[in-house]
Amino acid sequence: MTLPFALLAGLVLGGALAAVTCRERVHAGLFLALSLVGLALVFLRLDAEFIGFVQILVYVGAVAVLIVFAILLTRGAENPRERLGNSPGFGILLAVAVFALLAWALTSASFPKASETAAALTVRGVGDRLMREYVLPLQAIGLLLTAALIGAAVIALPAPTNPATPPTNHDPE
Amino acid sequence: MSPLLLHLLLAAALFSIGLGGALIRRNAIVVLISIELMLNAANLNFLAFWRYGPEPEALNGPLFVLFAIAVAAAEAAVGLALIIAIYRRYQTHQLEDISRLKG
Amino acid sequence: MDALDAIFVTLKHLVVGWFPALLQPWVSALISIGAILAIFPLLFGLTTVLERKALARIQNRPGPNRVGPAGFLQFVADGIKSLTKEDIVPRAADRVVHFLAPLVVVIPPLLSFAVLPVGRNMVALDLRETGLLFFLMVGTAVELGVFMAGWSSHNKYSLLGAMRALAQLLSYELPLLLSTVPVVMLTGSLSLVGIVEKQSAVHGGFLMGWNLFTPWGAAGAVLFFIAAIAEANRSPFDLPEAESEIVAGYFTEYSGFKFALFFLGEYLGLFAVSGLGITLFLGGWLPPFSFLAWIPSWLWFLCKLAGLMVVFIWLRGTLPRLRMDQLMRFAWQFLLPMALVNLLVAGLWHFTSPWPVALRWLLGVAILAVPYLMFNRAFERRHPQRTYRYVS
Repeated sequence: MTLPFALLAGLVLGGALAAVTCRERVHAGLFLALSLVGLALVFLRLDAEFIGFVQILVYVGAVAVLIVFAILLTRGAENPRERLGNSPGFGILLAVAVFALLAWALTSASFPKASETAAALTVRGVGDRLMREYVLPLQAIGLLLTAALIGAAVIALPAPTNPATPPTNHDPE
Repeated sequence: MSPLLLHLLLAAALFSIGLGGALIRRNAIVVLISIELMLNAANLNFLAFWRYGPEPEALNGPLFVLFAIAVAAAEAAVGLALIIAIYRRYQTHQLEDISRLKG
Repeated sequence: MDALDAIFVTLKHLVVGWFPALLQPWVSALISIGAILAIFPLLFGLTTVLERKALARIQNRPGPNRVGPAGFLQFVADGIKSLTKEDIVPRAADRVVHFLAPLVVVIPPLLSFAVLPVGRNMVALDLRETGLLFFLMVGTAVELGVFMAGWSSHNKYSLLGAMRALAQLLSYELPLLLSTVPVVMLTGSLSLVGIVEKQSAVHGGFLMGWNLFTPWGAAGAVLFFIAAIAEANRSPFDLPEAESEIVAGYFTEYSGFKFALFFLGEYLGLFAVSGLGITLFLGGWLPPFSFLAWIPSWLWFLCKLAGLMVVFIWLRGTLPRLRMDQLMRFAWQFLLPMALVNLLVAGLWHFTSPWPVALRWLLGVAILAVPYLMFNRAFERRHPQRTYRYVS
């Protein structure tokens, strides 16, 4: 294990642990961002420069910001003594058991040998693939994102029967 | 330990943390954060297998991660919109309080 | 003239040459970092003085004129003042987040200067594969810093400012990203150096091939700079820090040097995004006409940056602030669809390359003008011309 990897792993796991354990929801969102930045750095060390930057652009720039924005919009639901699940001990036990199982399976499995030539992740290569073999998934993702955009706007819209909304046609703009 | 195994173990640990968070916490937003962590653990696996796998020329791992990031962004947007709508209706974030459909 | 053009590059090579080969990459990186850390904050200081003087002229008053020649050392006095002021942290504030927020605001723009080509061969970090993506990625980190500042202060005005800032930054990021896409499409590269080099073709004997001189480039530049002003929180899009409404917005509760850091971060962000606009649309370090190529490339970049700053100051002195709903509507109902139409224009420009230039221009302008006029008509129907009853 190399030192940079150990540091990054500590950053990722520490951030993730803090994100799921801390009581303040805003801190949880910020720790999530920290953890995902660490993960993006791991991606960079895996020679996936493009993916690492996209990861930060989408997760830190959009998802983390959306999460803290949603926390701000729903202020007032702050419950200082959040109830944990029915049996938090069981949840922790299950998580540890899953990790132990995965670790056992991973260490005992044999993986195919890595190829000698590490291919570089070029943007041109990614674009080429997207436009040839993966053009149908690409279209599907476009449709999904459009549907999610419209759906999110519709869901988050206040109910139309709300009498508090003022009439807009006298807007002196 | 090989670098592949190290990355896979890191992903497994990240996944377990996310799983634990999703099981224990009852706050909708924290549960969403936990789900994001689990998704990212899967992404790390894809990239590790691509980088240290037998045929890195195929670029299948990174492309899958790209698609997964796009889906995760859509999921976060819809999930947070749902949380805001639920908050408007029930004034709560606690998943246990939203139990109207329970018999 | 080539010697003058490459003066900084040769100087750097000279200094790096003094060190043993093992240290040379480190020394080279340190020199680049030092140059960025020295030049852009200095530019920030000069710009603040210039801005105060220009705004004063617009408002018919002299502006700062006491410190140094014609008041141009005013920024030194301001800097010393902010350094020696008491640093107050509110008792209710979240101390750690409150401390980290100014850093998160200042560091990303500094990072983004690393990939910005400020002259021929003058780029600290030439990311051949992902330069533009790096730039955009780094810019998004500012949003989190703004949120951290507003939330950690535990102050109503700060929180309101942070909410406004988040909504604004998220909304204007889409047109900003989309208006850069045509450039990438037609250059075929995400490398900022590659994008500049692609614009060095000479048309008609003397006109350089700036992206601005194409229909998609002109429309893209307008969209880009509008979105850039909004991303930099500058008037008329300065709602997150509207003094007359919410004190200073998200940095209301900051004092002393941290306040100065927010100020610095804002201007560095403006420089960075202007530099990106120059690189993408205004030919980077290239001159507008080929017969002006004797002027050093870095001087061209600085002149363009200074010109843009003058335009931004002018806009700030001229335009009133928007309202929140107007701001959102403008981003989602005008900038975003126009950016999408611009993508179509860029695609057609690429596929009609055998056609005569005049015909391609006509096609591009027509495709852009029709939706523009439609949006305009729809807007005027919804919001008829405002009449002032009490003002003749």
